[in-house]
Amino acid sequence: MNAMPVEVAAGTSIVRIRDLVKDYRRGAETVRVLDGLSLDIQQGDFVALMGPSGSGKSTLLNLIGGLDRPTSGTLEVDGLRVDELSEGSLGRWRADHVGFIFQMYNLLPVLTAERNVELPLLLTNLDREQRMRRVAAALKLVGLEHRARHRPRELSGGQEQRVGIARAIVTDPTLLLCDEPTGDLDRKSGDEILNLLEALNAEYGKTIIMVTHDPHAAERAHRVIHLDKGMLSEGSG
Amino acid sequence: MIGKYLPLLASSLRRKRLRTFFTIASILVAFLLYGLAASLQFALKSGVDVAGADRLLAMHKVSFTQLLPASYESRIKAVDGVVAVSPQTWFGAWFRDERNQFPTFPSDPEAYLRIYPEIKLAEEQKQAWFADRAGALVGRAIADLYGWKVGDQVPLRSAIWRRLDGSDTWDVTVRAIYDLPEGGDTRQIVLHQDYFEEAKQQAKGLIGWYVIKIDDVNRAQAISRQIDLMFANSPAETKTSSERAMAQSFVNQVGNIGAILSAIVAAVFFTMLLVTANTMAQSVRERTNELAVLKTLGFSNGGVLGMVLAESVLVTALGGLLGMFCAWWIGVQFGPTLDQYLPGFRVPPEAFTKSVLYMLALGVVAGAVPAWQAMRLRIVEALRRD
Ligand SMILES: Nc1ncnc2c1ncn2[C@@H]1O[C@H](COP(=O)(O)OP(=O)(O)O)[C@@H](O)[C@H]1O
Ligand SMILES: [Mg+2]
Repeated sequence: MNAMPVEVAAGTSIVRIRDLVKDYRRGAETVRVLDGLSLDIQQGDFVALMGPSGSGKSTLLNLIGGLDRPTSGTLEVDGLRVDELSEGSLGRWRADHVGFIFQMYNLLPVLTAERNVELPLLLTNLDREQRMRRVAAALKLVGLEHRARHRPRELSGGQEQRVGIARAIVTDPTLLLCDEPTGDLDRKSGDEILNLLEALNAEYGKTIIMVTHDPHAAERAHRVIHLDKGMLSEGSG
Repeated sequence: MIGKYLPLLASSLRRKRLRTFFTIASILVAFLLYGLAASLQFALKSGVDVAGADRLLAMHKVSFTQLLPASYESRIKAVDGVVAVSPQTWFGAWFRDERNQFPTFPSDPEAYLRIYPEIKLAEEQKQAWFADRAGALVGRAIADLYGWKVGDQVPLRSAIWRRLDGSDTWDVTVRAIYDLPEGGDTRQIVLHQDYFEEAKQQAKGLIGWYVIKIDDVNRAQAISRQIDLMFANSPAETKTSSERAMAQSFVNQVGNIGAILSAIVAAVFFTMLLVTANTMAQSVRERTNELAVLKTLGFSNGGVLGMVLAESVLVTALGGLLGMFCAWWIGVQFGPTLDQYLPGFRVPPEAFTKSVLYMLALGVVAGAVPAWQAMRLRIVEALRRD
């Protein structure tokens, strides 16, 4: 992992969103989920995205991570117009720049922890030894080096989520996108995950955008953004 | 490059072990069936391929079990276009076990070898056989079966023919052992007609049928007709046809068996296609979320398509190779026993080649729709479905 001091990066926008609109078609009618919102997120920031259920938090996160395409507006990540990328280049871009952390962990149940973490590296040119070295480093960073050969169902929820985090950071992306990462965990495991995210932000300079509706989790962020009825409003973090 | 995805492929097969096992097992059975059917067809056909088109068989018009006068030999030899003639008689030979009779024919040795030039034997053995009236020309398969060597005297028993002294034991000396080109059936013994005629008790002056070699394949029909005309209105009329035509009519009958076999195999393959397609469809449906995660991590649409296809082909190839192996093993194991009734029962090489193509085709076709669905899968929708 590249240690990147937060101060140097401060002031640089890593995410730049202008007039972003996202419509979903449900049968014959069109539903506008995001209604022309604009947003800047600084390099090295830790942002909590809050809002009621169905307000479009996941939608916004997925757009930033290039999992979906906006209906209109522009979306720039690290100086690149993500909304203009073709589907193929979008996949490669995600693999290089974004780490996703999901509420339900989304690990492959048949693969061991280390094979799960290795998945994103299969798309690189690294040989097996290099891959395993990186996997070991990522698992050590999340404190699970002794669980490398365990399958997801042999792990606790908190441990599964830490494997999920190891998988998200193994390619050393600058941007970590977390969709309710503690939503399915008890308070104690949730706190451990938040500690880990804090450390990744503070010590490794990862820019983190975390969707949550837990105010306790949002407290850890430097900045809190509220999303409601397709509009953004700033809150104190 | 591909190797690193293998654990991922293998793990998807381990996902539902029982289902994978049953799918592979049913594909195994399908290919085993295919291998056995191909072996059977190969065995049935090999009889025809070796039969020469330039050989005619003249036998009794009423039934081939009725005997013909030995005197016909010289008259047939005189027909224009006939190169060689040899009488033959079914001897009903057995050794040790009466149920295991093997083809044994008293013949004219020199004419016989001229008629069957594909028979390979050492020159000095040939001369020794010609010279010994009680000598036998023995096929390699028989010699190996009973451990006979050149020079051995063997008491052949006949289920049909008795000697003048009333005994059914015919002491003959193995004078020559012959081979045939690859795939030929060498379970056969040839004796001297002169010796047989002299020593047998009954049916003096009669023989079973004549084998005739002609100089022009295209005149087979004309010569056959000429021979039959020669003996028309005599007490023993003949029916002459080419050896291949005989074999062909036999094969036409078993050809129907072959067609039925092919139909069964086709039906089985079609069923396997449905079974495999169903397995793959289920497997992909259950993994919607996983496939979406792989795409999230940057796996391309084509990559995911390839992965599902590879998985499908892996299943059909595993089952198929195991099935073909079983069919091959059965041929090796039981082929020698079956040789008596069904010489050449084994999986022909081209069936192996074809089977590999079938495995690929089955895998690709069965995996096509699920693979296409996996490719089209939209990440955000798939992840929301949780
Ligand atoms: N793929 C989709 N198709 C149709 N409607 C969708 C889709 N994704 C999200 N929506 C709708 O958009 C709205 C916002 O969804 P989402 O971003 O998941 O909200 P949140 O994460 O804030 O709970 C919801 O009303 C949801 O039903
Ligand atoms: Mg959500």
